Amino acid sequence: MENVIETLDLTKRFKDLTAVDHINLKIRHREIFGLLGPNGAGKTTTISMLCTILKPTEGTATVNGYDILNEPHMVRKSIGIVFQQPSVDDILTGRENLRLHAMWYGVPKEVRVKRIDEVLKLVGLESRQHSLVKTYSGGMRRRLELARGLLHLPEVLFLDEPTLGLDPQTREHIWEYIESLPEEREMTIVLTTHYMEEADKLCDRIAIIDEGKIIVMDDPESLKEKVGGDLVCLKTATVTVDRLKKIDSVSKVEAKNGYIVLTVKNASQNLKEILDSAGKIESVEIRSASLNDVFLSYTGKEIRTETGEGGIFERVMRERSSR
Amino acid sequence: MSRAEGIYGLWLREFKVFTRERSRVLTSIFTPILWIFVFGGGLGSVVDIGGVNYQVFIYPGILAMSVLFTSVFYGVYIVWDRRIDILKEVLVAPLSRTSIFVGKVLGGCTDSMIQASVMLLISFAVGVTLSPTAFILALLLLFLLTLSLVSTGLVIGSLMESPEGFNMVVSFLVFPLFFFSGALYPLDNLPTWLSAITYIDPVTYGVDGLRTVIIGVSRFPFYIDLAVLVVFAVIMFTVGTKAFEHMK
Repeated sequence: MENVIETLDLTKRFKDLTAVDHINLKIRHREIFGLLGPNGAGKTTTISMLCTILKPTEGTATVNGYDILNEPHMVRKSIGIVFQQPSVDDILTGRENLRLHAMWYGVPKEVRVKRIDEVLKLVGLESRQHSLVKTYSGGMRRRLELARGLLHLPEVLFLDEPTLGLDPQTREHIWEYIESLPEEREMTIVLTTHYMEEADKLCDRIAIIDEGKIIVMDDPESLKEKVGGDLVCLKTATVTVDRLKKIDSVSKVEAKNGYIVLTVKNASQNLKEILDSAGKIESVEIRSASLNDVFLSYTGKEIRTETGEGGIFERVMRERSSR
Repeated sequence: MSRAEGIYGLWLREFKVFTRERSRVLTSIFTPILWIFVFGGGLGSVVDIGGVNYQVFIYPGILAMSVLFTSVFYGVYIVWDRRIDILKEVLVAPLSRTSIFVGKVLGGCTDSMIQASVMLLISFAVGVTLSPTAFILALLLLFLLTLSLVSTGLVIGSLMESPEGFNMVVSFLVFPLFFFSGALYPLDNLPTWLSAITYIDPVTYGVDGLRTVIIGVSRFPFYIDLAVLVVFAVIMFTVGTKAFEHMK
């Protein structure tokens, strides 16, 4: 399959900090590709280099077949970007923002009005198109920004934390748009996020990135399988680790502070056997593996920033990871 | 002609912002009017310079001043644009840095020239009568001055991280350029040190040229004024395009 983006040892250093460290990626045509990682992992820096905003310290990349170092102008023409920080102009109306964008990106005059109408409709901002952007809510700004990114029909759309700080309803709404794009507009999408749910729901493939390096790259299902199944957390008075380890479906057992965390294939079917072996149990919690567990098992770090205390799992996991 | 279209788009953005921020337009005209009528009028009631009433004498200087302040200050908006993150949308567009610079310069020149035209039209109020030729020549001189000063402001803006730093620019650049330009006094009998400084201030030649065409008083031949302004504009415009190439 054709690769729309290829990076070759892409590296960026800021003084003594290596933000992006020899990253090699191949992103396919009409794929939604996610860069997942905690804040400061190097996601935005990677995207900035691909968008030719930043020059790499080392290595290079091609976007749409154009080299980011030698043909930045061509790269820019074929990409659209939705920034993490909204960059729409406050003092202009929504429509004016789009009109200027069309002029800057050389959208032909004949199709300009039609295109602008189309994208406004797509993001549901038709009724507010003539209001100044400073009267828009955060979600509306983000939607306008998205509309602007789509206006010149880019081959590749970069989305940097597209739903950061948005309410759940708006988030769902934006996810729907994004999901429809590869199909309807033949677009390839590269997005960064630190929301597990977002990566899980949207992405065809995910690269988990931490401290500037790609740790693992695969589709969400395979990544979750790599963790080895579901998680079962038991609180017992008696420590029965050895007996639990003998059960076939259990691949991993960890005891911590009176809790036992098991990694189990098909937990719902094998639960009885586990409970029988565990002896006297105070509480049980079962959860299917999430990308968060994937992240944790590869980096030993917690990625979640949006949940506070969380359930037993989060607490136990956190303690485990801080070890 | 997507290049011209892009530049037009950049200019259009600046122009819309200018017309929408009424306070910008008002303050840019209010200050010079204070200078002419309060300062000039006050001193004019007792002072004549070479037979010319002081209020009339400083009128060309105040024209240059209003253009000087508006033009250099225009550079601060690019710092704001970067601060509130709207500059990157332009920087990442398929526009060359030269186009971006040209678009910004044209935007700044428009602001300044609108203001300069308003100022020229109120000349009758200070008792100056302008012939059509004088009016056009004055506009030309003001345009050259504007072009170089807008470029200067943008160069500074492209180097600055925070809008606060711009206050320093005012103290160390704009005020000296104004005070040493002879906008408020004649250049004929200055002490040597002061005279030397006025000679290296490019705004001096703008003021002198304007005085020549508006009230017929001058220190240098008109062609010298014109030549210095053209050279200054060419230099600052070139420096500006280079500065934008390197802007992050």
